[in-house]
Amino acid sequence: MRYLTARKRAEGKGAAHTGTEHHWYMTVSGVGLALIVPIFLYIFGSALGGSREEVLATFAHPAVAILTGLVLFVGLEHFRKGAQTMLEDYSRGAMRKVLIISVTVLSYGLTATGLFALAKIAI
Amino acid sequence: MADVNRGDRPLSPHLTIYRPQMTSISSILTRITGNALIVATLMIVWWLLAAATGPEYFETANAFVTSWFGDLVLTLSLWAIWYHYLAGLRHLIWDAGRCMDIKSAEKLGWICVIGSVVLTILTIIII
Repeated sequence: MRYLTARKRAEGKGAAHTGTEHHWYMTVSGVGLALIVPIFLYIFGSALGGSREEVLATFAHPAVAILTGLVLFVGLEHFRKGAQTMLEDYSRGAMRKVLIISVTVLSYGLTATGLFALAKIAI
Repeated sequence: MADVNRGDRPLSPHLTIYRPQMTSISSILTRITGNALIVATLMIVWWLLAAATGPEYFETANAFVTSWFGDLVLTLSLWAIWYHYLAGLRHLIWDAGRCMDIKSAEKLGWICVIGSVVLTILTIIII
């Protein structure tokens, strides 16, 4: 056993060993998403069901493209960290690592794919 | 030091022995809705990619996304995002140190449940 007091072991860290940064990121991204998600819901809801030309015209608009890109990027980062918390609660050991890595790959993959699609539509 | 069992302690939360109540159910729903939204995100990104790629690909993706199954998933996701939205605001209130007593917490839980249904219906009417 190491000669560390319980306080020394905990100081500046939490169960995730990264302190409160994770929680603070979820707060910041949550507030950001609270501002842009309702607008995105309106835009996406209105575009859904239209022809391809209508959909392209909607998302080709700079403001819509930027907003959708933000929703995807911030939303998926928010998801990645939220899903990580869930995995840390319900899994352990090697399985935990595999699952967290999988969620990370999925999140970044979806972000990149979505941004590529938006760029192709808007530019 | 009570270090013997470090790293092999029970995982939380202990769902099987925990009596369901407004606070726990509304918290679990926050987690379920947040994580389940990945399904709708997958569909929307696929739909955007298909629109960017070409008419035939868009036809395929759009047919799926606007099918009864796609409608079901997106409608449930709409409720999920509104629920998660209100539950997130609830966490901001708690983070500010307010409404921490059980009565207020339960009231906030009901606001999330009822509010999310109302917002979902409103959104469907507006769009």
